[in-house]
Amino acid sequence: MTKRMSFGAELERLEAIVRNLEDSEVDLDEALELFQEGVKRLKSARKMLQDTELTVKKVVDAADASLPDDDVHD
Amino acid sequence: MGGDLDLFLPTAPTSSDGAWTVAQVTRRARQLVEAGLHPLWIKGEITSFKAYRSGHWYFSLRDAEAQVRCVMWRTDNQRVSRQPEDGLQVFVEGRPTVWEERGEFRITVKRLIPTDADGQWELQLQKAKAALERDGLLDPARRRPLPRFPARIAIITSPDGAALHDILTVIERRWPAVEILLLPTRVQGEAAERELCRALRLTNEITVDVAIVGRGGGSREDLWAFNSEKVARAVAAVEVPIISAVGHEQDMALTDLVADLRAPTPSAAAEAVVPDREETTRVVEVLARRLGRSLTSRTTLGGERLERTADRLHVAMSNQVEQRATRLSMLSGKLDALSPLRVLQRGFAVARDDTGKVLKTVRDFTVGKDFGLTVTDGDVRARVAGEEP
Repeated sequence: MTKRMSFGAELERLEAIVRNLEDSEVDLDEALELFQEGVKRLKSARKMLQDTELTVKKVVDAADASLPDDDVHD
Repeated sequence: MGGDLDLFLPTAPTSSDGAWTVAQVTRRARQLVEAGLHPLWIKGEITSFKAYRSGHWYFSLRDAEAQVRCVMWRTDNQRVSRQPEDGLQVFVEGRPTVWEERGEFRITVKRLIPTDADGQWELQLQKAKAALERDGLLDPARRRPLPRFPARIAIITSPDGAALHDILTVIERRWPAVEILLLPTRVQGEAAERELCRALRLTNEITVDVAIVGRGGGSREDLWAFNSEKVARAVAAVEVPIISAVGHEQDMALTDLVADLRAPTPSAAAEAVVPDREETTRVVEVLARRLGRSLTSRTTLGGERLERTADRLHVAMSNQVEQRATRLSMLSGKLDALSPLRVLQRGFAVARDDTGKVLKTVRDFTVGKDFGLTVTDGDVRARVAGEEP
């Protein structure tokens, strides 16, 4: 179970993928794989951008602030 | 008394008759005074005040039993709001020393504050500030940059205050994809100092990317907790970047000085803590277009490779590649729909030899060689008929 990737991490990975793909040295195989991942990151980034739910949680001790279990990605 | 006796020990070079020179004894006295008395706060009444043309101030400080000469250099007295007069009760922070040329004991004053109500207040603040400075907590090099895209933000403020409302309103507008952890605390009154310290410590026990501590504007008494040395130290001890957002017009709060960023209002803190959604959307869409173009140019390349093989199937396909590639570039805005598997669906094929290696150049295709082609619904076997003229 991995924690959901932060928006910053998604964007950084997407930037790296695009730079890689623009570099024509990359193998076709690898390029297809990178592209597939790029589309996935793009979807995820767009989804986060469209997210309009602001979550507010009150924390009076550390236990209140644990990450919810369903907050996972793949 | 060892300290007194030291003065008479022959530690300084003596003349042939065994006597100290005046300069030697005053220098030794200065060394002993400076080593034995550290900078301190002194309360007293100003007398014989004189401001010289050079800008330096000379005066005496006295109480019922004693007096001492003082000097306050121009660079230090420039920060004093009003020039004192004889009879004014003041606090001074200064360093005891001996002026060797005159053999005179005196205080080199660094700070001077009247003892009235405002002065008392300022004295307390100055003391706290000096203590924080001594511990290096005011060093600008300590300030950390804020994260670009925080996912979780701790807010340390009153749950019923205007500050919380303002912060949430701004974040909701700019970047709602975050989780806000509210650490409720009172921000004024007796309990505020203790509760603020507790909430700030709690920030280190939870996982957040950045924190905001603050409150809306108020009188100086209302803002007192944010000038507490204890609270300032608790702010400095927060392990993630923290913004101090105390609504006030003139003076800085102590928490402003130790935080990674000082915001003039809680709303300004919220503006600083999250990125702007519209701006970031533009960044993402530029990346989407680049991603689309990168595949288009790549598939064109792939098409050229295939074109060079003599297989009629490939020739037919290459026409499709051209068409599809053009279409693909037009559709790049709708990239989500374009999975790489659909690239095959649109008529691309990947050529591989028997070991599974992708065949990329004419050199990889010797006449008569068997190879496999992966198309959208499966694999076919193919053979190289010859090279395209």
